[in-house]
Amino acid sequence: MKIIKEKHAFLMRWTHWVNFPVLTIMIWSGLFIYWANDAYGISIFGFTLIKFFPQWFYDYFHIPGRLAEGMAYHFLFMWFFFINGLLYLAYTIFSGAWRELIPKRNSFKEAWLVLLHDLHIRKTIPPQKKYNAAQRIAYTAIIVMGIGSVLTGLAIYKPVQFYWLCWLCGGYHFARILHFTLTIGYVLFFVIHIIQVILAGWNNFRSVISGFEVINTKTEIKPEPSPVEKTDEQDGNK
Amino acid sequence: METNKQKKVKVPLTIEQKIKRRNFISFGAFFALSGSAVAGWKWLLDAPDETAGITGNAKAPLRRALNKTELFFRNFFSNNHLVKTYPESRAAKNIRVNSLIGIEDDEDFDPTNWKLAIKLQNQKTLNISIEEIKALPKTEIIFDFKCVEGWDQIQHWGGVKLSDFLEHYKLNEQTKQRYMGLETPNGEYYVGLEMECVLHPQTLLAYEMNNQPISNDHGAPLRLIVPVKYGIKNLKRIGTMSFSYTRPRDYWAEQGYDYYSGL
Repeated sequence: MKIIKEKHAFLMRWTHWVNFPVLTIMIWSGLFIYWANDAYGISIFGFTLIKFFPQWFYDYFHIPGRLAEGMAYHFLFMWFFFINGLLYLAYTIFSGAWRELIPKRNSFKEAWLVLLHDLHIRKTIPPQKKYNAAQRIAYTAIIVMGIGSVLTGLAIYKPVQFYWLCWLCGGYHFARILHFTLTIGYVLFFVIHIIQVILAGWNNFRSVISGFEVINTKTEIKPEPSPVEKTDEQDGNK
Repeated sequence: METNKQKKVKVPLTIEQKIKRRNFISFGAFFALSGSAVAGWKWLLDAPDETAGITGNAKAPLRRALNKTELFFRNFFSNNHLVKTYPESRAAKNIRVNSLIGIEDDEDFDPTNWKLAIKLQNQKTLNISIEEIKALPKTEIIFDFKCVEGWDQIQHWGGVKLSDFLEHYKLNEQTKQRYMGLETPNGEYYVGLEMECVLHPQTLLAYEMNNQPISNDHGAPLRLIVPVKYGIKNLKRIGTMSFSYTRPRDYWAEQGYDYYSGL
């Protein structure tokens, strides 16, 4: 017997799918800007491990010499990124969906168990509701990162008018490093996110488009409670 | 017929039907919206460049966006918002030279004959020598110079505050106009500045760097230092100064950059 279980609200799905192309464009145009002064890399004891970015990378994506274009795209799509993010935040706060999202006291401990389970080291997974402990941490972090990108972006965009913000971000130089690092963070998040989505399968993926999951119950016809369950803070103990 | 119709309405959807229906609607909407997003993106990528004029070389919709965004962020501009200043010890000994557009290949330039030409109404020109400018009260600033490319450097400049200069030469009538235009003597590099940034208390006509006269590569004998703008607006070797109600021509705005370029 199949039942429909509501999972993601419309606004969550809408902002998720708007954010994907908008963030891609922001990263793409951001590369045009970064190229003009590509000062960052990772080195240990003077030995350069990674240079952001190697020439083949720039050439492959046709990055060089497009600073003006990059700024023009970046300063248009920043509005969509900001407004979409604001919409998501407002929805999450006012709907109470944040209760399902933000990490709980035991999430950090549980996230290890989730990781061990995902790596096939541990057989069982701690009981969860909408998001498991690792998801709570990852999805909250990505929202905090989004806020960070807007704030550090504004700090390097208008460092004189928003001098207080620039100061809060650790100064012009550091704000630019943070802005860049957050972008690298999105790319790493994206890779893991895609792998997890593939592993989680179709039912999970569909829920981010149509909003529901289909659950197979073993029992025969039995009246199910309302598909939208009330948030239960005790869910970890169920 | 009628009873048949009613029956159809009454039959509740099975779970399978519900799943199918909701999948159809949501995936249909998803692909329709994705399609229009792709079409919108293609429209933007294929959009023609703006008609070249005061600004140029940007796609028309992107230029409109830059100009609208400028209007929004100008609301936050204030002469009370000052660029952060640093102690002299932090100033770079070797000030970076990034570009020589407008001052290299200017063989006609003769520093001994240099005068700043201020274009007034009625074709009149006011010519001012560097000695006259140096006689005015001096202001120094050590701040983080920011290039549109993304680098920045703490630099030490000295000169006359542009607002002091304009007041001294009684150019108050001119400053009621909305823009100032500056050009190199050969007219090959030129910038336009809104009057609010011209009158910003940290905007200088600089003739000294690190307490020495400005070198040729940095725009001797007189250059603009406008900390509320990217370096591209900090014109070297000012030849002429003019005032207007509309945007004066601007070298990098013609190359696709934001006209405002304010910080």
